Amino acid sequence: MENAQGKDVLILAIESSCDETAAAVVKNGREVLSNVISSQIELHKLFGGVVPEIASRKHIEKINEVIEEALCDAGVTLDDLDAVGVTYGPGLVGALLVGVAEAKAISYAKKLPLVGVHHIEGHISANYIENKNLEPPFLCMVVSGGHTHLVLVKDYGVYEIIGRTRDDAAGEAFDKVARAIGLGYPGGPKIDKLAKEGNPKAIVFPKAHIDGAPLDFSFSGIKSAVLNYINGCKMKGEAINEADIAASFQNAVVEVIVEKTMAAAKELGMKQVCLAGGVASNSALREAMKNACEAAKLDFYYPSPVLCTDNAAMIGAAAYYEYLAGTRHGLDLNAVPNLKIGQR
Amino acid sequence: MKILALESSGLVASVAVMEDQKMIGEFTTNFKKTHSQTLLPMLDELIKTLDMELSDIDAIAVSKGPGSFTGLRIGSATAKGLGLALNKPLIPVPTVDALAYNLCGTAHLICPMMDARRQQVYTGLYAFENGHFKVILPQRAVPVEEIIDEINQRGRSVIFLGDGVPVYKTLIESSVQTEYQFAPAHLAYQRAGALGALAQIYYSEGKIETASAHRPDYLRVSQAERELMEKDHSYKPQA
Repeated sequence: MENAQGKDVLILAIESSCDETAAAVVKNGREVLSNVISSQIELHKLFGGVVPEIASRKHIEKINEVIEEALCDAGVTLDDLDAVGVTYGPGLVGALLVGVAEAKAISYAKKLPLVGVHHIEGHISANYIENKNLEPPFLCMVVSGGHTHLVLVKDYGVYEIIGRTRDDAAGEAFDKVARAIGLGYPGGPKIDKLAKEGNPKAIVFPKAHIDGAPLDFSFSGIKSAVLNYINGCKMKGEAINEADIAASFQNAVVEVIVEKTMAAAKELGMKQVCLAGGVASNSALREAMKNACEAAKLDFYYPSPVLCTDNAAMIGAAAYYEYLAGTRHGLDLNAVPNLKIGQR
Repeated sequence: MKILALESSGLVASVAVMEDQKMIGEFTTNFKKTHSQTLLPMLDELIKTLDMELSDIDAIAVSKGPGSFTGLRIGSATAKGLGLALNKPLIPVPTVDALAYNLCGTAHLICPMMDARRQQVYTGLYAFENGHFKVILPQRAVPVEEIIDEINQRGRSVIFLGDGVPVYKTLIESSVQTEYQFAPAHLAYQRAGALGALAQIYYSEGKIETASAHRPDYLRVSQAERELMEKDHSYKPQA
């Protein structure tokens, strides 16, 4: 999509949908001038997962500091901006509301256009930042703690979900298995690390296939299979090998994700495949997807870890294309915790 | 000298602009809790009606809590965003104090009561002495019986107000031993005008803070932390 004005577009983006308070300044959707993330992970570890009320309280404490740092790092002031972008769903409603109210107040006081952004569309758009030549159409596999979606990106801002999880998100399964083998929260990076020491073929965990919906996912079955396996070992008094469990579980999840992505790419005739979301940082998933894409002669893209995790730079990238398309939100913009991809 | 006041701690959404000794505008609704959608459009409407620029504001007063956690954060994030964008200070005003200030000038004790659920109220005790607003018991979350005991011990006549009054009216009527009355309908709930008037005093006393430093005062830890503290007595709340 061309920027018809021919001048640079600077967007301040704000993200507070879960447990990271983030702000970024992004130029023309692809150039990140700053990307500040204040993570609350340490605080939520005590509770074994994100506590919504605590997340909301931390967002309000940090938000101005994070925005000021983002402006300062980018070397700009609010007067240099063309728009404010903000995540307004999906996510934790109390957490989203902090970013939405803050963004609306800034946009109102500085008379800047306000562009509400879908969190997952942000994750997908993270791929534009480091891959300057990437343009739709492409297929994007979004995998995170809260989401597992296979998305056909037809054009900028035009999305079609072609596969989704029927139960747990992939990242959720990682967290639950990590807890079961005593790794703690968040589970994804810890399983990834431990799996490097284990044998991915040691234990065979079932891969769910859903009749009539070949591109949909189910991760609750594999999660239960891991928990049953651990219980079975304990009942028999057998020692469990955590590294083998981590490696075998991860292998089963990765194989399913890669298989379905490849099947969808083939069916839709896609030449480009992207990964997005927190689990896109998983080294085994990246490696397996890369190999599969090479074998099928497809171009494969994925964001750096800092752009896979929740961040505001990706929101700025998505906001830019929405801004060009004319999307504007009013002072009555609300947080929408179950916002659908493509909903405007 | 203009002060903008924002109140969204409960069911009331209210915005006001104070100019020196005058409140030049106030919009208040006590209807539905849709503050995220209504507070800023309400402010926009007020600013337009007053034919002024938002940048004419010198400081932003905000109801700092207690109250609905989400309501407080909507007001707080709005105030913080405005403060950041306009580079203006915030005047955080304790919500119960501002509610008491509705009854400025009365000779009776003032007892605001906000329903805090879990059989508690956010409350305090206030009075006007020699023309000055006096905080007798600072705002707190306590069982209703506790504040009624405080009133009975003092033996002074009292006016009750706030959204906790209808909830505990029967209890008040059966256990308050002093003379008492309930505030009239137009003064019984949060008003940004009263918040703004009290904020003017705070401002003159230098009780301001930066938009960045401001955070609500919930008077309560989150449920998750409360449960953790019950299990682990050494845990100190962090949020």
